[in-house]
Amino acid sequence: MTTPGYNFAYLDEQTKRMIRRAILKAIAIPGYQVPFASREMPMPYGWGTGGVQLTASILGPDDVLKVIDQGSDDTTNAVSIRKFFVKTAGVRTTTVTSEATVVQTRHRIPETPLTEQQILVYQVPIPEPLRFLEPRETEQRRMHALSEYGLMHVKLYEDIARHGHIATTYAYPVKVDSRYVMDPSPIPKFDNPKLNDCAALQLFGAGREKRIYAIPPYTQVVSLDFEDHPFEPYRQDAACALCQATDSYLDEVITDDRGTRMFVCSDTDFCEMRRANGPDKVAVEHANVTRE
Amino acid sequence: MYVAVKGGERAIENAHALLADIRRGDRDVPALSLAQITNQLALGVDRVMCEGSLYDRDLAALAIKQARGDLIEAIFLLRAYRTTLPRFGTSEPLKTAAMDIRRRISATFKDLPGGQVLGPTFDYTHRLLDHDLTEERDVAPAPTATTDNQPFRSVSELLADDALIECETNVEGEPRDLTRGPLSFPANRDLRLQNLARGDEGFLLALAYSTQRGYGRNHPFAGEIRYGEIEVELFAEEVGFAVPLGPVMLTECQMVNQFVGSVTEAPRFTRGYGLAFGQSERKAMSIALVDRALRARELGEVTGAPAQDEEFVLSHSDNVQATGFVEHLKLPHYVDFQSELGLLRQLRAEFSARTTSDTDPVLRDAAE
Repeated sequence: MTTPGYNFAYLDEQTKRMIRRAILKAIAIPGYQVPFASREMPMPYGWGTGGVQLTASILGPDDVLKVIDQGSDDTTNAVSIRKFFVKTAGVRTTTVTSEATVVQTRHRIPETPLTEQQILVYQVPIPEPLRFLEPRETEQRRMHALSEYGLMHVKLYEDIARHGHIATTYAYPVKVDSRYVMDPSPIPKFDNPKLNDCAALQLFGAGREKRIYAIPPYTQVVSLDFEDHPFEPYRQDAACALCQATDSYLDEVITDDRGTRMFVCSDTDFCEMRRANGPDKVAVEHANVTRE
Repeated sequence: MYVAVKGGERAIENAHALLADIRRGDRDVPALSLAQITNQLALGVDRVMCEGSLYDRDLAALAIKQARGDLIEAIFLLRAYRTTLPRFGTSEPLKTAAMDIRRRISATFKDLPGGQVLGPTFDYTHRLLDHDLTEERDVAPAPTATTDNQPFRSVSELLADDALIECETNVEGEPRDLTRGPLSFPANRDLRLQNLARGDEGFLLALAYSTQRGYGRNHPFAGEIRYGEIEVELFAEEVGFAVPLGPVMLTECQMVNQFVGSVTEAPRFTRGYGLAFGQSERKAMSIALVDRALRARELGEVTGAPAQDEEFVLSHSDNVQATGFVEHLKLPHYVDFQSELGLLRQLRAEFSARTTSDTDPVLRDAAE
């Protein structure tokens, strides 16, 4: 059941073709930002219009769609985008990562490893990793063209000089296929290792900024660092209060007005699966916890 | 005990129901009709059509009603509708010289062919609240006069007769369209003017104002501002001539700006140009001032003021983009915030370990 008056998945076929051409170019040049004629979507800029346009362009009637925001299927904007595609494309949706063929995400990579049969679509607010070092697009383009990334290393070095650590904790810059420095969107740096050698195709869409970029399957993605200050993914020193996972990214939840807090998985599907699949798996994790 | 956040879907539906309810408001008050909006809030409709890039009074009125009078939200509604519409072609260039004039004023000549026509304007009103409007009253029809049919030649044309002002040059081929292709820099004037026509009135007004206060001054004179009706025509391949599509109301502003010249070229005035749907004089004048400011590099002037910075102006003029990104901060960010929180706690722990373990390094340095 799709909404009358609109094409399958909202966008007209002409627009989809234009976006697919941009996607193909992005796949051919991993990490390179391809400008595209981003359309006005019926949701606000900054709320996932880039991701929505990518998903609309790659979605077929047989696809199964999962939409997450902050790792969760049930946050307001994830619900809104999922409903949009149910309404305009009538596709089947799921919250189970392994069931989905297309996963649209904001700020997280699912904990469950992705497969070759899946595409991960990221919503990107600011695609340009050099933006806050050099705001001028003409200059940024030149720096990318010449692989002139010294400024980025200087920034990371200054972080270390000032704080003793690289002070970038999300949207941590990476180098794709030894060529382009890329902004992985504001995923926590905990997720950065999952970008590397990923079996699934990863597509990044920035609607307001009119850019599409991609990481093809099994591409090398390296988080920028220094030999004496290697990249370290950050994880809270805690286990999930619901599923006891010690290897997932955690959200901190304040439970009362006296500052009591607990940590729970940010990936709600991962957490629910672990709880649903019985105490076995949880028990194993428990053992890990007690060993520590 | 924490319960996993569920029920987002129901919450959203209920929020929408509440919005619909509150949008309608007190049921004892008659609902606004679209005709009331197009007639009595006509300038709001003009602004929504202009920044929404869609000339349709009824749809703009509908958008204003649906948006509860929030014009930027209405502009957004119109844009989102517009983006799905098919494109049939590009119209013939509008001949604004042939405009059916409702208002035409010039600040550079006391009188000129066609004369000064004040038309419907707030300009010379005293801004005193008219309490008579609180209640519905009959308004007498405005007096009319017959026209002498003298054409309103534009001030720029008159100046061009004596080569006192630069000539606009035709650009080959169809103008580019930033809604169909990504905007890249440097942008040509066609794209700049399109961007400014769609740009936020308040943003452009502030930039235009900044040029007057010295941030990229360009000595403007309002050569002419005209508002009226003009026919849009499309060249039809099948019949071999341009066919009329219908009339639109437009405001055009021609600014006459500081002159340029060189050893080889006689000095002449330069131009800034603004065009907007409906009666949008503030907007058209702001566009003209900013257009001229953005030509600074082309004209070999000193640059550096915000209004002269093409990337800065064109990247931030769109209020639909701006409001979306500013308001997206309302979306959950707890994943990235958690990352920052983690690092901050670590840095604070290291700091307190440092300060408790040894004496203040500054004092120690001083002692050494």
